[in-house]
Amino acid sequence: MNDILIIKGIEFKSRLWVGTGKYKDFDETKKAIEASGADVVTVAVRRVNIIDRKSENLLDYIDPKKYKILPNTAGCYNVEDALRYSRLAREAGISDLIKLEVIGDEKTLFPDTIGLLKATEILAKEGFIVLPYSNDDPIMAKRLEDAGAAAVMPLGAPIGSGLGIRNPYNIKIILETVKLPVIVDAGVGTASDATIAMELGCDAVLINTGIAGAKDPIAMAEAMKHAVIAGRLACKAGRIPRKLYATASSPFDGML
Amino acid sequence: MKLIVNGELFETSKSETILDLLNALGIEPGRVAVEVNLTIVKKADYATFRLHEGDGIEVVNFVGGG
Repeated sequence: MNDILIIKGIEFKSRLWVGTGKYKDFDETKKAIEASGADVVTVAVRRVNIIDRKSENLLDYIDPKKYKILPNTAGCYNVEDALRYSRLAREAGISDLIKLEVIGDEKTLFPDTIGLLKATEILAKEGFIVLPYSNDDPIMAKRLEDAGAAAVMPLGAPIGSGLGIRNPYNIKIILETVKLPVIVDAGVGTASDATIAMELGCDAVLINTGIAGAKDPIAMAEAMKHAVIAGRLACKAGRIPRKLYATASSPFDGML
Repeated sequence: MKLIVNGELFETSKSETILDLLNALGIEPGRVAVEVNLTIVKKADYATFRLHEGDGIEVVNFVGGG
């Protein structure tokens, strides 16, 4: 079944995207990503530790030829920082993809939507493939589309909260509002959350804490892989309507 | 020559270009991005971009993140 997601000419075979943060070690990161079947992994942009020169690097475990590396601007609370990190990420030389985060608040890590919009517009003009981490406001999603985003990434719930898809109705409206791919990013806590996102019609789901923070991350990665596939298939299969009353599944004809 | 590299004072007699600095630090140029005094330097220029006393240098790479 050809169900490839295409963003700006880049093909994504798996609709599960995974983060690389919060794992016990690089070995666990690698195994979890393999179990997830993901072909996109997010990474953060940080200073090289020049004092403690460990010989190992994340990219020794995650092969950039095998996986699409999606750098983020995590930790950026204003437009200038987000632009700086984005440009550095691109210069590190893998692609023009950027998961743009402009954070508004430390407790919720909700996006600063005004800053996000400004940064999206600037980076899109510079040729970045901008994937903005946003809230679940359809008006905001439309603004991001108009500003040149290549997809929209509404949060399901706060990063790392595991609360799942808090506002499925808004996500549904976003799907009707924009022509861009919609990728739920943040808040997925367990497999059913991922399935719900895909059943709504989302194009992909990005999960980090939901996998890395599980008791058995590798098992959860596999669960999420199946969850996303199931949700996608169910969405395309066309569910039955919800009804208040019953409709029998067995015939009346031939009753004694 | 005194440089500030990633917020730390770094003294060197050998580093003259960015490539020299990366070599002195044991950093592979292919996996990093470098900023000198808030300006990103293109990889192609690492071998020729000369550093000066007091330059503020940032060397970043990709780490685990969501």
